[in-house]
Amino acid sequence: MDLVLQLLFTGIGIGAVYALVALGFVLIFRATNVVNFAQGEFSMVAAYLMVVFSVDLGWPYWLSFLLALAGMALFGVIFNLGVYYPLRNRTYLPVIIATIGASILLSNSVLAIYGPQPQVLQGWFDTPGIQLGPVYLDSQYLLIIAVTILLVLFNFWFFEKTLLGKKLQATSQDKEMASLLGISVSTMIMITFIYSAVLGGLAGILVAPVLFVSIQMGSTIALKAFAATIIGGFGDVAGAIVGGLALGVIETFGAAYISVPYKDGFAFLVLIAFLVFRPQGIFGERVAEKA
Amino acid sequence: MSASDNMIPAPAVRSRPLIVRHLPYFIGAAVLVTLAAGMRFDGYILNILLQATTFSIAVFGLSVVLGLCGQINLAQAAFFGFGAYVVGLGTADLHLNFWLCLVGACAITLVAGAFLGMSTLRLGGHYLAMVTISFQQIVTLVMINAIGITHGPDGVANIRRPELFQNSQSYLAFCVAMLAIVGYLVWHLPDTKLGRAMRAVRDNELAAGVNGIDVFRTKIYAFGICALLGGLAGGLFAGGFAYVSPDQFSFAESIVFLTMSLLGGVASPIGSVIGTGLLILIPEWLRFLKSVPGLYLAIYGLFVILIIRFMPDGIWGFVADAFTRWRAHTKAPPAAAALQLKPATTGGDIVLEVTGLSKHFGGLKAVDGVDIAVKRGGVHALIGPNGSGKTTTLNVLSGLYKATSGRIVLDGTDITTMAPHQRTAAGLGRTFQNIRLFRSMTALENVEIGAERRGNTMVGKGDDALTERAMEALTFVGLGSRANELISSFSYGHQRLIEIARALASNPTLLLLDEPAAGLNSTEKLELHELLKRIAAQGLTILIIDHDMTLVSEAAQHITVLNFGRRIADGESMAVLRHPDVVSAYLGSE
Repeated sequence: MDLVLQLLFTGIGIGAVYALVALGFVLIFRATNVVNFAQGEFSMVAAYLMVVFSVDLGWPYWLSFLLALAGMALFGVIFNLGVYYPLRNRTYLPVIIATIGASILLSNSVLAIYGPQPQVLQGWFDTPGIQLGPVYLDSQYLLIIAVTILLVLFNFWFFEKTLLGKKLQATSQDKEMASLLGISVSTMIMITFIYSAVLGGLAGILVAPVLFVSIQMGSTIALKAFAATIIGGFGDVAGAIVGGLALGVIETFGAAYISVPYKDGFAFLVLIAFLVFRPQGIFGERVAEKA
Repeated sequence: MSASDNMIPAPAVRSRPLIVRHLPYFIGAAVLVTLAAGMRFDGYILNILLQATTFSIAVFGLSVVLGLCGQINLAQAAFFGFGAYVVGLGTADLHLNFWLCLVGACAITLVAGAFLGMSTLRLGGHYLAMVTISFQQIVTLVMINAIGITHGPDGVANIRRPELFQNSQSYLAFCVAMLAIVGYLVWHLPDTKLGRAMRAVRDNELAAGVNGIDVFRTKIYAFGICALLGGLAGGLFAGGFAYVSPDQFSFAESIVFLTMSLLGGVASPIGSVIGTGLLILIPEWLRFLKSVPGLYLAIYGLFVILIIRFMPDGIWGFVADAFTRWRAHTKAPPAAAALQLKPATTGGDIVLEVTGLSKHFGGLKAVDGVDIAVKRGGVHALIGPNGSGKTTTLNVLSGLYKATSGRIVLDGTDITTMAPHQRTAAGLGRTFQNIRLFRSMTALENVEIGAERRGNTMVGKGDDALTERAMEALTFVGLGSRANELISSFSYGHQRLIEIARALASNPTLLLLDEPAAGLNSTEKLELHELLKRIAAQGLTILIIDHDMTLVSEAAQHITVLNFGRRIADGESMAVLRHPDVVSAYLGSE
């Protein structure tokens, strides 16, 4: 029972990271109807920015953190202008391929600069964790869970209560109508990319002390986050979060009770099982293309 | 005529037989094979050539799935690796015959590809991209971790070749011959029935469905062929290099295959060879790129973005496009006989019987208990104000929407639960309000897809009969002389005529026309009216939806009126148009 509780905690912690990246996926998908296959690399780039500022340059952790997030905002702009925007009037296939190209470009550029050795990034807190009864609560996982909860609340407030959030929603639902109402669609898409890059970056920075900073971390996280969006129900914000948490838990238990080397395979098996038996996911978003 | 004429359809329109026209290809291939076998290469060159040859075959697979059918596969390296491991483990560990292993590699990858496709191809392309990446990762995980079977990261060594090709040079010649044969098949594929279906699916899935193409199955075929070619290439690769290891078949390698395919031109096997050759040679020339890990893959990634943006059809696509445009204007289409329409008459007096048809979207009853009986041989109109449920009815009839309740019987066959392509096979033809043609094809090719309908008794066997039928249909609508032009060069009104020709070529039992007069000018409307008369004169039953009252009242003998999803009037044209409910629905009541 103690082990179960401990695994549950770890699973939710790692699942929270998947949920954050999945949220970034969903936001971009809703704004552009395109899945950004470089979403995971957003996390990886942010983690490396953290390494540059905090480890290589030795700047304070909080300053590095803010600079890395600012860097991600800029990165979102560049990504939109370089990869998505020129292809915005084409079908989804070229855009997917371009984002895959971007993902390869990013991870291998970092590989060329930093080499294949994983980098180590300190956690935010000096205390490694606290013992709560039978369960050891790692401080970094606690931080991840706390930040995820805050972000989910922020996300709700932002999209439901602010004018900008409503404009973003309008754009994602009907671009032509939104533009006729005087909303600048390209600005809204730009904002989405920035927000999504920062969100992905945040996830990367938070998970880096747990996973090591490596070039593979992006693709691993992205694939799981995508699996999470399908499990939760594609395009659904709540689904992305629930799916992410569920996947983190499944994977942690699978690694503990079934097999460690195939840990990364569980997500994909769950994904394929969902695609075959319940493609609309837990929250039942319609997946068929519109007639 | 000799027996060979039965196997290769006798060309009535093309001047020379297929085998003669393609002879230069085989001569060229034979020369290449001889060169590969005869020239003295050193080991380094030999390895590069062997790699280029086997990779090209794998890239052919992408040209089928992505270029022809418009579906993405990001696991080609996994299929390639699958094939390589089957041949590797089979010959090295189990000491099986090479040929047996190669056939096994093809069979296993075909099944794996088809199975993977079945799980996701019903969903959108995003899913396919993700699932193929996932599959790729699982395959890599298994290769590395299932040490008992795969030897893990150490890889498989001592892979054997067939007795016949022990010598490296002769093995290369064998691979080049395989490349030539597979290349020929892939090159020829777009002009076959399956190839046309794939192109139709790529251009417009909806239109492909209502023109009798089983969209799902076509995608699975494309995916299966792609996987099979990957497996074949992998098997040849394993035999050639005698050693394989998991890192050769990683996700990065799938991206390399994708880049090769995109660079050369995704739509043609020639492009595949160009792209593969370039991307194998360039890194060899620029060896310093390989000294920094990641650098050359980073450049590939950048290539992908730039090609997609600036050269979406690749190197060969660019060349071929210019050539096609030039040829389309020079080649005059052959003259055609008059189009014969012989609608099937298996059912009774009523061709289409719709009873209690409903379609609800959540709480909205778009169509609510509608009955329609379309008499054989007449023009029947379905009219109603905007939002009355006309187009929804048509979409339920053609199978794009599932009926909530009710029954649809076409010529004695209950088609209520059939998929769109099955309804087409049962004798339903339709056009769309917003034209849905296959935009990358010529007018003739579009109409050929219609003529290819399963159960079309008006078309003989072979491609030439198909072309003939399509030409007749195009001539019937007055566009025979422009048959070889691309869709984009036709005016809106003419595109509508091509859509009608596409439906007519299939010799339907019932023709559904969705607002055919929408967007036409007055001359075009007159022409359309004339065309409808000529169609009706051949005994084909038409169900037409339109706003144009002049057209409807002149062309139709029978009218059904819908309003708010319900039938408010039905009967002989003039009587219905004077019906007070109809007048008030259109003009409002006091």
